[in-house]
Amino acid sequence: MKIIIDVLSSPAILVGLIALIGLVLQKKPLSDVLKGTIKTIMGFMVLSAGAALAVTTLTSFGIMFQQGFGIQGVVPNNEAIVALSLKQLGSSTALIMAGAMVFNIILARLTPLKYIFLTGHHTLYMACMLAALMTAVGIGGWKLVVGGSVVLGFFMALMPALAQPIMRRITGTDDVAFGHFGTVGYLVAAGIGALFGNKGKSTEDIKFPQGMAFLRDTSVAIALVMAILFVIVAVACGQAFVESTLSGGQNFILYSLLQAIGFAGGVFIILAGVRLILAEIVPAFTGIATRLVPNAKPALDCPVVYPYAPNAVLIGFLSSFAGGILGMGILLWINSRGIAVPIILPGVVPHFFCGATAGVFGNATGGIKGSIFGALAHGLLITFLPVLLMPLLGTLGFANTTYSDSDFCVIGILFGNFLHFVF
Amino acid sequence: MKIMVVCGSGLGSSFMLELNVKKVLKELQITAEVDHCDLSSASGERADLFVATRDIAGQLSGKTVVSLNNMIDLKELKEKLGAALGSVL
Repeated sequence: MKIIIDVLSSPAILVGLIALIGLVLQKKPLSDVLKGTIKTIMGFMVLSAGAALAVTTLTSFGIMFQQGFGIQGVVPNNEAIVALSLKQLGSSTALIMAGAMVFNIILARLTPLKYIFLTGHHTLYMACMLAALMTAVGIGGWKLVVGGSVVLGFFMALMPALAQPIMRRITGTDDVAFGHFGTVGYLVAAGIGALFGNKGKSTEDIKFPQGMAFLRDTSVAIALVMAILFVIVAVACGQAFVESTLSGGQNFILYSLLQAIGFAGGVFIILAGVRLILAEIVPAFTGIATRLVPNAKPALDCPVVYPYAPNAVLIGFLSSFAGGILGMGILLWINSRGIAVPIILPGVVPHFFCGATAGVFGNATGGIKGSIFGALAHGLLITFLPVLLMPLLGTLGFANTTYSDSDFCVIGILFGNFLHFVF
Repeated sequence: MKIMVVCGSGLGSSFMLELNVKKVLKELQITAEVDHCDLSSASGERADLFVATRDIAGQLSGKTVVSLNNMIDLKELKEKLGAALGSVL
């Protein structure tokens, strides 16, 4: 009996077990089963190691921000918040993720929502958030697993359905669907595009400098933007403070730059871990889903739309990032009026990936103007939404990082408030 | 023979492309090791062939790259991959 409890409370073993079941169901040879299971378990440990590095640097960022500005500063980053929460919520997360995949297949089989959500890392992140929301109101055990699986499985089928009308316009076919938990933000961008834009003037008709394209390298982009943020807070809290309490005498600017690159390194390791965790689970899910629901559409990660409008990708990023800076200014202004709210800093990952996608969606409905204003609205949205989400996440609400993409916030706020109302 | 599929963070789209590359290789009856990674790791990876969509492919200088206009078009992938493998093999 104790061994069962040990297995269920060890998330690394649990995800290994899920991979094992997936591999066996696909009738893989024993050597593949062994290899895949070990790699999946290792992925979880790699992820924890990355979390340690990312969290250390974020903690010093938080201390410096608090000292310099007197308020909580938050860098939204899915990888960091998930890696941080998996320490306590790993087992619940793994079980919700597995249950949600099963429920997604059931829904695709039985209802008109014929979509299979293949963006595995978002399934993992959302499972983790739902676990946090339910744990915060005291739900645990089988209720948590079943509740989380049903809610997640439902949104895995629903979100692609909501995005499909715009996806048809972007891709020109109905064969492929869009599966990324930033959908609400992209639909807002598409709506703004339709209202203010002009579909005739596409972003792709203009020549746009591709000089920012090197920022597609996520690690470089994170390191650069974090370096700027770190140096600003380091200057704000002063050389003496940094060198006496944090850096152990090391020059405060040098310390800040190293912390920024260290954070990017932490995220890099977390991503490597996530890649290992998903390496066996996603192909198994894909294989089983296509066999059981052959007419379902695969819902793919957001970069699937990038090649259709490379200019809109860069315009969307810049515009969304501008929205993030504007939104941060508004939050600072609210604070100056005496209402304490955490300051959400412009996280480079959400603005790049989600902002770029918002740019493509805005372009599909409103051309250049649609892309610019749609992505700007998206940038504002993902700056304000986390403020409402954070209090619902229990102890995780006090972290110096939080969920960034719009659907995590929207589903989190709706479901979290529902839970607080009922329980 | 090693083929590396690359995308921005090496999580979602490169993974889906990897599954498609494996499907196409099976049709072409070619055996190769296929994996996916992010743009930062790609520069240090040793592979015979890199595959990416055109918005990423431009960042992979000095490598043999198959650049795709469409991530989901299996026909394009099969044509370009077949041609590239013909010259690499």
